[in-house]
Amino acid sequence: MVGALLLAIVLAPSAAIVLILLARKPRLAEGLNLAASAIAFLAALPLPALSLSGRHVYWGRYVILDPFGAWVILCAAIVYLLASIYAVGYMRLLDEEDRLPRFYALFAGFGLTTLVGPMMNSAGLYWIAIELTTLVSTFLVAFERAPESIEAAWKYIIVVSGGISLALLGTVLFYWAGSFVLGPSYDMTWAVLRGAAPQMNPALLLLAFLLVLVGYGTKVGLAPMHTWLPDAHSEGPAPVSALLSGALLNTAMVGIVRYLAIIEAARPGPLPRAALIALGAFSLFVAAMFIVRQRGIKRLMAYSSVEHMGIMALGFGFGGVLGVAGALYHMLNHTLNKSLMFFGAGSMMRSYETKDIGAIRDVGQRFPVVGALWLAGAVAITGAPPFGLFASEFTILRAGLRSPHVWAAIVMALLLIVIFIGFLNHFRIMYFTPTETKAAPVHPVSAWCAVPMGLALVPLLVLGLWWPEAIWRYFGVIAHGLQAGAGAMVTGR
Amino acid sequence: MLVAHLSPLAASLFSLIAIASLLLAFVMLGSRWLRHYLYAFAAESWLIAALSAAVGYYGHYPELYLIAILTALFRGCLLPYLLLRIVRRLKVARELHVIVQASSSLVIGAFAVVFALTVATHIGAGLGLAGTVVVLALTVMLSMKLIGFLMLTVRHEAISQILGLLVLENGIFLGSQILVPGMPLLLEIVILFDLLIVVACFGLLVQYLLSHVGTTSSLHLRRLVG
Repeated sequence: MVGALLLAIVLAPSAAIVLILLARKPRLAEGLNLAASAIAFLAALPLPALSLSGRHVYWGRYVILDPFGAWVILCAAIVYLLASIYAVGYMRLLDEEDRLPRFYALFAGFGLTTLVGPMMNSAGLYWIAIELTTLVSTFLVAFERAPESIEAAWKYIIVVSGGISLALLGTVLFYWAGSFVLGPSYDMTWAVLRGAAPQMNPALLLLAFLLVLVGYGTKVGLAPMHTWLPDAHSEGPAPVSALLSGALLNTAMVGIVRYLAIIEAARPGPLPRAALIALGAFSLFVAAMFIVRQRGIKRLMAYSSVEHMGIMALGFGFGGVLGVAGALYHMLNHTLNKSLMFFGAGSMMRSYETKDIGAIRDVGQRFPVVGALWLAGAVAITGAPPFGLFASEFTILRAGLRSPHVWAAIVMALLLIVIFIGFLNHFRIMYFTPTETKAAPVHPVSAWCAVPMGLALVPLLVLGLWWPEAIWRYFGVIAHGLQAGAGAMVTGR
Repeated sequence: MLVAHLSPLAASLFSLIAIASLLLAFVMLGSRWLRHYLYAFAAESWLIAALSAAVGYYGHYPELYLIAILTALFRGCLLPYLLLRIVRRLKVARELHVIVQASSSLVIGAFAVVFALTVATHIGAGLGLAGTVVVLALTVMLSMKLIGFLMLTVRHEAISQILGLLVLENGIFLGSQILVPGMPLLLEIVILFDLLIVVACFGLLVQYLLSHVGTTSSLHLRRLVG
C-alpha cells in the first residue's frame, strides 16, 4: 500500500513531464501538471497515518518512509498542488505561450525532486536529490529571462552549489568515520549511520556535522548563507517562489534534522545543537533587519522565509517533544501561509505592474476578496492569533524556555515583535495610505489565482484554532524517533 | 582499512599524486589566463584518474578501475571540452579586473593549506593515524576546498567561478579515493554524471548571461541588493 502510494507520487509528475514534452501544447501542459500535482497530493495525504505502522523500506533499502519524511512529503505535496492551481492563472499573464510547456515540464520536475528528497534512505542519494532540486529550479528562476532573473539564477546556482559541495564533503567524512566501525564498504543509510555513531571518532563526527550543517543550511536559507534566497525568491515567477519557499527549504531541512539525530546518538555535548540554534537566531536577526527596511514586495516575503526557517531551526535545535512538535507544526503552517503570501504578492505585482511596495496602494478597496485574503495571510505570517503560526511559534518558545538555551528563546520573542511591527507596517501602507494621484488602471485577478489563496487560508485558520490530538501523538512519535538514545529529554505538552 | 597497511611505494605514490594535484590548484590560483585554469583543471582530473587506478591496484578494489576510466573520460576530456566551448564563446581571455593580486592570493592560499594541515593533524592524531597518508589526503582535501572558495571569492569571470566550484569537487573526489575507496560504486558514478549536468547547466546560464545581461563578470551583477 505505502509502496504503491510512493510510486504514484514519483510516477505522476514523471509521466506529466514526458507527456508535456511530447505534446508541447500550453493548455494541455497546464492540465497535465495540475493532474500530476493532484495525484501526488492525494497519494501523500494518507502517508503520515500509514507511516506509523511498521518500517517501510523499499527498493533495496534506498527508499524509506518514516513519520518525519511522510510529514515533509505531505507539506511539499500541498504546496505543489496549490502552486499548480495558481500557476494556471499566473503564467497566462506572462504572455509566453510558446515556452509554457517547458515551464510546466520544469515545474513538475521541481515538484518531483522536492517530493523525492525526503524519501531517500541513503545520505548520498539524498545529497544527489538536493543537488537536482537546485539544477531544475535554477531554470525556473531564470524563466522570465529579464536581466534580474538571470542574475538571481546565477547567484543562486553558484552560492548553493558551493554550499552543497560542503555538504558533500561532510557526507564523505561521515562515511569515512563510519568505515572505522562498519568496514570499508557499507550501505550509508540513516539508521546504519546512527547505529554506528556512538563508536565513531567524536572530533571527526563534529567536523562532518558542522560541514553538513553549513552545506544544507545554505540550501535551507539560514543566515549568513541566505544571500541567494531573496534574489531567487523575488525574481522567479510567483508559483516558483511558493514552491521554493514552501517545499524546497523544508526538503533541505530534512537533511539537517537527520544528521542532527545521528550526531546526537553519539552524545557529542551541547555544540551541535548550539550551532543550529545560533544559526537560527542569526537568521531571525538578519530577516528582522531586512524586513523593516524592505522596498520590494516579493523580497519582503523572501526575508520572511529566512525568518521562518530560522524559527524552525530553533525548534529542532531546542529539541524535545515540544521543540520538534512546534517545528513540524510550523513547517505545515509556514508552507500554507507562505504560498498564500507569494500568490498574493505575485497577483499584486502583475496587477500594479511593479514590485515596489511604495507604488501599491488601496489594495483593500480595489481587490475586496483577494485583498482580504492577503491581509489575513499577512496577519497570520507575523504569528498573530488565531492562525496556525501563533500556535507553533508559541510552542517553540515554550520549548526554548525549558531548554538550556533560554537566551535564544528571549531573542526570538523580541525579534518576532520587531518583525510583527515591520511586516504589518508595509501592509498598512499598501492598504490604508490614501493615494495622492489617480493610479494607473489595475488588472483584475483571475479565479485561478484567488482560489488557492482561499484554500491555503482555511486550513491555516483551522490549525490555529484546533490542534488535533492525533497530530500531537504523531509529532510525539517523530520526536522520540529522532531522539532515541539521546540524553535529557524535554517531555510533556 | 586500506591506508593502515600500505607498502611504502604505494604510500609515496599516493602522496605524490595528492601533492601534485594541490600544486595544480595553486597554478589555477596564481594564473589570470582562463586557458591556464582549464589546462590545470584537466591535468588535475587526469591525476585523480591515475590515483583511482592506483588505489584500485594496491587496495584490490577492481571497481575503481571503472571509476578511473570514467573520471578520465568525464573530468579529463568531456568537462574541459565543454568549458573550452564556453570560453570560446565568451571572447575573454583573462580576468580583467583583479580584486586580489595573484601573488597575494597565493599567500592566502598558503595560509589555507597551513590551516587545513592543522585540522588534518588533529583529526589524524585522534584516529591514531598520525604520519600516514591519511593526514596528507585530508590536508589536500580541505585545502583544495578552501582554495576553491578563495577562487570563488576573488575571481568574478563566470568561467573562473565554475572552475572554482569544480576545484571544490575535485578536492572531495581526490580525498575520498584515498579515505573511502570502498564507497558504493553507484554513488560515485551518479556524482560523476551529476557533475556533467552541472556543467551543462552552467553553460546554458552563461549563454543567458551573455545574451540577456550582456556581461559575464559578477562585478556587473549588482541589480539585486537589500
